[in-house]
Amino acid sequence: MSERLLKIEVLRYDPEQDSEPHFQSYEVPCQNDWAILDGLNYIKENLDTTLAFRWSCHMMVCGSCGMMVNGEPVLTCKTFVRDLPDKVRIEPLENFPIERDLVVVLDDVMEKLQRAKPYIIRKDPPPEGKEHIQPRSALYKFKQYTMCVNCMCCYAACPQYALDKEFIGPAVLALAHRYNIDSRDQGKSERLDILADHDGVWNCSFVGACSEVCPKSVDPAAALQQMKLDGAKAYWLQKLPGGKS
Amino acid sequence: MSRNPYVRPVSKTTWYMRNGRYRKYMLREVTCLLVGFYSFLAIFALAVLAGGSEEAWNAFLAAQQNGFWVSFHAAVLIYYLVYMTFDWFKLAPKAMPVQLGEQKLPDLVIVVAHYVAWVIVTLVVFWLAGVV
Repeated sequence: MSERLLKIEVLRYDPEQDSEPHFQSYEVPCQNDWAILDGLNYIKENLDTTLAFRWSCHMMVCGSCGMMVNGEPVLTCKTFVRDLPDKVRIEPLENFPIERDLVVVLDDVMEKLQRAKPYIIRKDPPPEGKEHIQPRSALYKFKQYTMCVNCMCCYAACPQYALDKEFIGPAVLALAHRYNIDSRDQGKSERLDILADHDGVWNCSFVGACSEVCPKSVDPAAALQQMKLDGAKAYWLQKLPGGKS
Repeated sequence: MSRNPYVRPVSKTTWYMRNGRYRKYMLREVTCLLVGFYSFLAIFALAVLAGGSEEAWNAFLAAQQNGFWVSFHAAVLIYYLVYMTFDWFKLAPKAMPVQLGEQKLPDLVIVVAHYVAWVIVTLVVFWLAGVV
């Protein structure tokens, strides 16, 4: 197995010592089949045990190893050493406060996630002893939006979220859309503040960066544009004679 | 251990210089200035027409046909095609996905349909203007 010496620059921040973050360089002998996350683990195990970063599954499922690698928000378990130059710069996800080193504070998104009510809301109970039947065609309408692993790469790529923290943001809005278009769900009106509020879909100016960086091809930009279309249709339909307000 | 999260500053005036993706977005959005200019031009043309002077109207038309303005309009048209039309047509399948049973209509079909509609509308406008 071929080996390559990589210079990995990591943004370090110790909340108890530092007034601002600074870069620290490590020379890491990387195997060519390593992901950059393996390089970070090598540093942690062999060079510097104080380095803090999040990871869990190493297989693109847990969504916890999202970081900026050479300026791009990526899952570090999915970003391979063989595709990177000899010098790699790793920073915590943009647009989030830094807790320590590569660990960011996600409280803001967690709060917004709750507001989106990301679960099926039913007004009618399911038929006695049965579940709600859903045809496969109805499942395929929203299936891609269920692939989100909450890695928050889309938030790190979104300039709108960078400038305005009130913006609900791509992943949460895509999740709200996922439930809105689920044929079993009846809670669309309860998610209306997420849909129609200024901080909701209308704050998105369709840069499209969220979809370009999404490691799971969820395409949140598509969800947001569809929500805008739905919102505009509902607005004009209620203006028609007999339309519900 | 105490918490002291560090918030990285974001420039409100130069954020779009951060990467090529943002710069391309700004090149698309800056077309709104040209929309503003052409709105102004249309209002100016209407004002000349409303003035009732045939001489003034002909002078306006002649001015629009000199080398500078023809080059300007051609440059704007190309800029629009590259940064507005191509971009928005490419993005159209995101906003208007078509689901046929368990399959999604391929994005390319929706994009091509937009180009076909664009050509038809252009021909109708040319026909109304007496060009074809």
